Amino acid sequence: MLSAESLKKIDYELTKYPADQKQSAVMSALAIAQDEKGWLTTETMDFVAEYLDMPSIAVYEVATFYNMYNLQPIGKYKITVCTNLPCALSGANEAVAHFRERLGIGFNETTTDGKFTLKEGECMGACGDAPVLLVNNKRMCSFMSNDKIDQLLEDLSK
Amino acid sequence: MINFEIDGKPVSVPKNGTVMDGANQLGIYIPHFCYHKKLSIAANCRMCLVQVEKAPKPLPACATPAMEGMKVFTHSGQAVTAQKGVMEFLLINHPLDCPICDQGGECQLQDLAVGYGASSSRYTEAKRVVANKNLGPLISTDMTRCIHCTRCVRFGQEIAGIMELGMAGRGEHAEILAFVGKTVDSELSGNVIDLCPVGALVSKPFRYSARTWELSRRKSISPHCGLGSNLIVQIKQNRVMRVLPRENEEINECWLSDKDRFSYEGLNSEERLTRPMIKQGGVWQECDWQTALEFVANGLKDVKEKYGAESIGALGSAHSTLEELYLLQKLARGLGSASVDHRVRQSDFRADSQMQGAPWLGMPIAEISQLKSLLVIGSTLRKDHPLLAHRIRHAVKHGAQLNVINPIDDDLLTKVRNRAIVAPDKMVSMLAEVLKAVAELKGVEIPDDAKNALSTVSASDTAHAMAASLNDNKPAAVFIGNLAQHHPRYADICKLAQHIAQISDARFGVLGEAANSVGAYIADAIPFGNRNADTAGGRHGGQGANASQMLGMDDPASETGCKAYILLNLEPELDSYNPQRAVKALAAADLVVMMSAYKSHAAIQENYADVLLPIAPFTETSGTFISTEGRVQSFNGVVAPLGETRPAWKVLRVLGNILQLDGFDYETSEQVRADVLPAGNDVSAWLNNSLGSLAVSPIEAGKENKGSEGLQRIGEVPIYQADLIVRRAESLQRTRDAAAPLAWMPGSLMMQLGLRTDEVIRLKQGEGEVRMPVAQDDSLPANCIRVVSAHPSTAALGGMFDQITVEKS
Repeated sequence: MLSAESLKKIDYELTKYPADQKQSAVMSALAIAQDEKGWLTTETMDFVAEYLDMPSIAVYEVATFYNMYNLQPIGKYKITVCTNLPCALSGANEAVAHFRERLGIGFNETTTDGKFTLKEGECMGACGDAPVLLVNNKRMCSFMSNDKIDQLLEDLSK
Repeated sequence: MINFEIDGKPVSVPKNGTVMDGANQLGIYIPHFCYHKKLSIAANCRMCLVQVEKAPKPLPACATPAMEGMKVFTHSGQAVTAQKGVMEFLLINHPLDCPICDQGGECQLQDLAVGYGASSSRYTEAKRVVANKNLGPLISTDMTRCIHCTRCVRFGQEIAGIMELGMAGRGEHAEILAFVGKTVDSELSGNVIDLCPVGALVSKPFRYSARTWELSRRKSISPHCGLGSNLIVQIKQNRVMRVLPRENEEINECWLSDKDRFSYEGLNSEERLTRPMIKQGGVWQECDWQTALEFVANGLKDVKEKYGAESIGALGSAHSTLEELYLLQKLARGLGSASVDHRVRQSDFRADSQMQGAPWLGMPIAEISQLKSLLVIGSTLRKDHPLLAHRIRHAVKHGAQLNVINPIDDDLLTKVRNRAIVAPDKMVSMLAEVLKAVAELKGVEIPDDAKNALSTVSASDTAHAMAASLNDNKPAAVFIGNLAQHHPRYADICKLAQHIAQISDARFGVLGEAANSVGAYIADAIPFGNRNADTAGGRHGGQGANASQMLGMDDPASETGCKAYILLNLEPELDSYNPQRAVKALAAADLVVMMSAYKSHAAIQENYADVLLPIAPFTETSGTFISTEGRVQSFNGVVAPLGETRPAWKVLRVLGNILQLDGFDYETSEQVRADVLPAGNDVSAWLNNSLGSLAVSPIEAGKENKGSEGLQRIGEVPIYQADLIVRRAESLQRTRDAAAPLAWMPGSLMMQLGLRTDEVIRLKQGEGEVRMPVAQDDSLPANCIRVVSAHPSTAALGGMFDQITVEKS
């Protein structure tokens, strides 16, 4: 179901917890699975559940609790823009409007070429750098003016 | 102990006790939803907020540990304001659909809203709506009503042992659901209906059929598994509408298995027999009781004159009451036949002559939770005894080691320390290995009666591990399950297990298959005199034929069946070890009297019965069950008998009178009980698992079955086929546990036979054959095919653990 490489990573996460509490690694296991598959299908969650020896519904609970797990297919790049107050005061709404215009999609939508998905995010703890956004949960971009957004989209489109 | 004060009253609770514990002790009610005494503390409903002196904010009583000298106020201004605030939030998204909600009238939210809710809502925004979920045929959902107390989720995790429900999402988007596309299949699932404090989870079979205030509540006892769960039966207009648990900490706690809870549907089944029926000239006709009883009496007299009294056989199910079984055997013995039995699924009766009393659990049910090591032989615990399995699960959670010897490796939903999944014919040698290992460990000699048999046995690692587990952890117990009791070498299994228990200083118990398994022995519904009964008036005659002999199941060559049968509460084509031969023996008889609450399909179609007498199920008669722990529990009828149905004890009494037998002058069932139990409800003198000096027959070590000729059937009884009532409980029959049977076999065997999954094959035993799809289960032992018994689709087959052949079709 998951590649040997992913399983190796999950096994490494498992070493951080007591052997009889494998389910402690569920969040990292889901993140690793998502990195490989792009999004979490029912089958992927079932697999993780079995791998960690826990009920599949318990995995589903975790996967639905956190926004960063994708339970729907998404584009190649998921752009999550923070819209909380400090970002909003520093131009997040303008950034979002720019994305909408450039990509022709709104929140939770994917461009027709399957490249970009736009998501509304919550505070990322970097209010001083507002407005901030995340690319694929991993890369944070700060001070996102329209120019920088254009630059980002251009880089990613390559 | 921690001493503190609630509402000015002093109270003390043990260390780690909470404010809620103290309040419960004092009888002070603190409103709550998520708190439940049997579940872990979640503290997520916030309804139990109370004021604590010196605490800046109100604290949840259920999760606040009691502290020395603490002063708690449950009804102070601050507490009540907090509780009202919580209630306002709970009601924001709760629909105001009480008039059409099944929970209305028994709803904790409704009750507390009266006490703490405002008269109108300040909330004007849109309420949220949550899609309903399909949780299977037993639980109906209205998820918009859910207040997210998570009791149902915790019940799955902590009691049922399988987390089938969970809370997905967060905040306003949180909802209770089962994993994508799954239903709730636990055999204890019905308890979430009781646990749900609102109308989100309600009973599907009961839905929209009555209001709680229209129902009268009557006490009763479960007629299914040997546990003897206490029931509240709720009735309306002389019809059983619903069954709920009656709390009894020593038996079922506050739980009930789905079988106990939903089987009542079978009581209102279309198949109920309401008038006596006689077959005349091959045609079934309804008649009145007088005609039917005279027909039976004359028939019995004829057979007695023609073939002798010993050709009359009486078979009663152990789901019948003590009184019924007692009168059944009294009738048979009065006629001069000691051929009485209730062990229709048993196949090995070698131990009969050595039995010292009624086999029982060997300990009180409540003590199972305290065990530290167990060996369970031949039982899929959670299907055979769902609540006993919960006790064992509880014990395992607290450190007990569970060891299992069984031919089936179904998930027991608990940790199993050592398991030996062996073919039925290897179970005896596996036990012998454990005995050997225990004896070695203790440095004692193997008892004489098993010594010769064990000479060729050497203990495997698993056997050593099991022996060590039993020996090192105390208290320990060895239990014999249903499957082992049906096993063709039951006597050996029982004897070896007893030795193991004795040497390792463990308790020994036989898990009662039916509600009255113990009672049936005490009522003497056995072909040999219960020797302890000597003191109780010597009510036994000589040795009669056992169930196997009566139904010609023991020896295919001999035609030894009886000429007349009285069947009480039995469907032989489903309830016997070898239905094929049983039906054949019945068909060859001159007279077959069926006392049953149901128009048994097979009895009419297969034409073996001559008379059908409608008798009352447990809800329509008074009676007594003696549970597997030896607890005598009497109950009254909760509704009037349906149509012309009569309680079986009355029918047998009248039959006794017509036949002019002595001692059939009972006025009440209590008088019958007084005859069976002259010393009152203490039956401990009768309870004895010992098998005296029975010698274990030789263990054939290293004998391997090869090829499809030597395939063994594993014919366990499915959970919802075990007795007449549950077979007719519609909703239970739609659960996954009642799915159409498949021929399960390990992949190696499928390969050897060249079979594919889902391929329909022909299974043959004796003269019968059935067609059934193949399914793969690699956990089964080699050369075994798991084909359930007690199911209409396998009734044409033979013995439950006999050889079976497979043919491609």
